[in-house]
Amino acid sequence: MTVMQHVWIVLGVLFVLLNIAAGLIWLERRMLALWQDRLGPNRAGPFGLFIVLADTLKLFFKEDWIPPFADKKIFVIAPAIVVASVLMTFVIIPFAPHIVVADLNVGILFFLAMSSLGVYSIVLGGWASNNKYSLLGALRGASQMISYEVFMGLSLMGVVMLTGSFNLGDIVAAQHKVWYVFTQPLGFVIFLIAGIAETHRLPFDIPEAESELVAGFHAEYSGMKFGMFFIGEYLGVTMISAMTVVLFFGGWSGPFLPPLLWFTIKTFAFIMLFILLRASLPRPRYDQLMEYGWKVLLPLVLINLMATGAIALWLRGSH
Amino acid sequence: MNLLFYISSAIAIIATFMVITRYHPIHALLYLVASFLSVAMIFLSLGAPFIAALEVIIYAGAIMVLFIFVVMMLNLGDDTAKQEKQWLTAKVWLGPSVLVVILLGELIWLILKGNPSSVEISVVDARKVSAALYGKYVVAVEMIGFLLMAGIVGAAHIGKHHRKLTHRFLAEPQNGNGADAIQEIQKEPLETVN
Repeated sequence: MTVMQHVWIVLGVLFVLLNIAAGLIWLERRMLALWQDRLGPNRAGPFGLFIVLADTLKLFFKEDWIPPFADKKIFVIAPAIVVASVLMTFVIIPFAPHIVVADLNVGILFFLAMSSLGVYSIVLGGWASNNKYSLLGALRGASQMISYEVFMGLSLMGVVMLTGSFNLGDIVAAQHKVWYVFTQPLGFVIFLIAGIAETHRLPFDIPEAESELVAGFHAEYSGMKFGMFFIGEYLGVTMISAMTVVLFFGGWSGPFLPPLLWFTIKTFAFIMLFILLRASLPRPRYDQLMEYGWKVLLPLVLINLMATGAIALWLRGSH
Repeated sequence: MNLLFYISSAIAIIATFMVITRYHPIHALLYLVASFLSVAMIFLSLGAPFIAALEVIIYAGAIMVLFIFVVMMLNLGDDTAKQEKQWLTAKVWLGPSVLVVILLGELIWLILKGNPSSVEISVVDARKVSAALYGKYVVAVEMIGFLLMAGIVGAAHIGKHHRKLTHRFLAEPQNGNGADAIQEIQKEPLETVN
């Protein structure tokens, strides 16, 4: 591949992702309305699509206020961290054959590393706000994300064992015959739950919890800084959906249609699932979330790991 | 590759220096995160992508978050920064610095004398690391496992607490004197007020 092709891929991926993140504002509000028997935003433009423009304009023109009691430098850098770390993760995702920004041989580890750096955004944002509700949100966010990172990493190890590689391209190629969702059903379910907790979306939006903590870690943020947290969240949803597709649903592979279209269809199916979860499930209590993680998910994921290892060894021995 | 190595080493040194000289604990910890990230970059430039990824996941992503978590809980204000300022006097740091500068001189002499580029760089992938860990060093890995287990058991022991005070609606009548138990529970908060 020439240098120009690389540049085009990088720019294309960035353009599409930022537009998807913005478009999800409209999609989520329309879908939530559909599932709640309402109409949702339907006035501005066709199907109310221009609500995205209106929302963005509003965010840009709002006063960007930094509270005088906040730690200014950290307050400013926190929203950038979440967007940067999620965008970095998209570097390793193979969207279609040969459409990948960087084909790293430690792909999954890179994904885990970036998602673990995303925690800083919540922790630092909540701490720098110097507000007790923000701090409580940050504390919850830190413990939630550190805990669920463990299960996320372990749930992926079954896939790594079956493929024998951390490279996402190899993982997609290994699912040529059977998708990993059929051979690793438990791994898939745990990865999806951990992914929802990592992006702190409902029902796991405990760091925000607007009914108890105002807005949690971003209570003091306004204007485009709040917008960055918002975009980071939607990018996170897209990223977890795309990773689920790559790791468990065969990535871009599929009959008849072009690979890129298959990848988009599968990813959007999972984005819809995220929105449906938000529309239908209530938020658990904080201690329930932690107990559920450490007492249910951790034993399950370890059993999955051991069983996968034993079966993989047995299959290899019989060949 | 060499240029990458020198840039990330320079960042590591600067970041670590900033860690020592910051008065505010959270700012110091953030520089420490930057230092870990640059060390990961050094590993990557030396052909160890697996260790580089683990450096970011474990040190920068998990351990430092816990450090920041604890510092956040301590709620150290400006007073600690002032205290820190008083502690960091020339009398304290001069002695160790002189000793370290001597070591640095030795290192520079060694590099100038020897041929640093003779250090051969070979890519160590995840498979090689695992083969070494679970083949050659399997006893050491298991010993470390026991050590970590001891830590978990200790944490579980410290974290375990017997509930002394149950809510009066939940207090079960025992040996027929349930009423007394309820009375006791109601009395307790009053005593603490006095």
